[in-house]
Amino acid sequence: MASTTALFDDSFIPVRGGTGIPVADIAPWAVFGTLIAMIFLYFVSTEQGAYALFDGMYVHEYVHDGRHLLGFPCH
Amino acid sequence: MAKTLLWRGMLAGILAALLATMVARTVAEPQIDLAIGYEESHAVHAMGAHHDAPAPVEEELVSRDTQKGAGLFTALALYGAAVGGMFALIFAYGYGRFGRMGPRSFALLLASMAFLLIVIVPGLKYPQTPPAVGRHETVGIRTGAYFMMIGLSIASALIAANIRTALLRSRRGIDATLLAAGSYALLVGIGQFLLPAINEVPEDFPAVLLWNFRIASIASQFVLWATIGIVFGLLAEHTLKQQA
Repeated sequence: MASTTALFDDSFIPVRGGTGIPVADIAPWAVFGTLIAMIFLYFVSTEQGAYALFDGMYVHEYVHDGRHLLGFPCH
Repeated sequence: MAKTLLWRGMLAGILAALLATMVARTVAEPQIDLAIGYEESHAVHAMGAHHDAPAPVEEELVSRDTQKGAGLFTALALYGAAVGGMFALIFAYGYGRFGRMGPRSFALLLASMAFLLIVIVPGLKYPQTPPAVGRHETVGIRTGAYFMMIGLSIASALIAANIRTALLRSRRGIDATLLAAGSYALLVGIGQFLLPAINEVPEDFPAVLLWNFRIASIASQFVLWATIGIVFGLLAEHTLKQQA
């Protein structure tokens, strides 16, 4: 453990009232966060590429370079 | 606490996107410009070969400058906020549940795993491609296959984590971890073998350009995940200290 401590002098900080953050506290935020993330990811990765909610190519062209860079198929 | 961590994760993701944009702007954009140059020169040749009317001027919906600046940052910021938020939720669930690791070390471990699972492993099967690579007709199947690949990588990691937990009852930690890593590699290997092969690189596309673009893409995403791991670790440590 000594070498681990030397490399990572970063000790565990207990969560108040238990070992971890209660699932009941996480769950509603997990639903909300996942929903937001899916919407964001959809517009970066897929909109006006493989699938389109809106007509035209504006979204596609706007995020074009990022889409290529993140490895999503673009055209 | 989960709420604070979620917002901070998204914040770390946006900050990470800012740094990744700077790296991408420096190392990736020159390659994208070269690829677009290749694409345009070939479009002109194709036109010439068919003795058509002069090549129609392609109307630029978004200028290259916008694509390289605001567009690139917007795309990376949306991505960063999305993955940063998910990252924070996984951190919130895993912290204290998987060993007694400090918050900063745990954030770094999660970020390294995310980089491996989401960037490196899917990229081995379906590498990042610059403009001019890939046929328009196949974008649907390519997008589907790429998402399948990412899903397969994450699902295999979850299975491997369960295998590790089960093995820990009867074996030493190091052996359980190695066997779990081996199961992950095996599952991903089988999946990659079964998923369709996609090779749409034009025959005379410069190999060096393709390589440089891929390295630049991986470098940008490395900076993104490294920043998320470091910044979120600091923010989470602060949050935990305040409640303790």
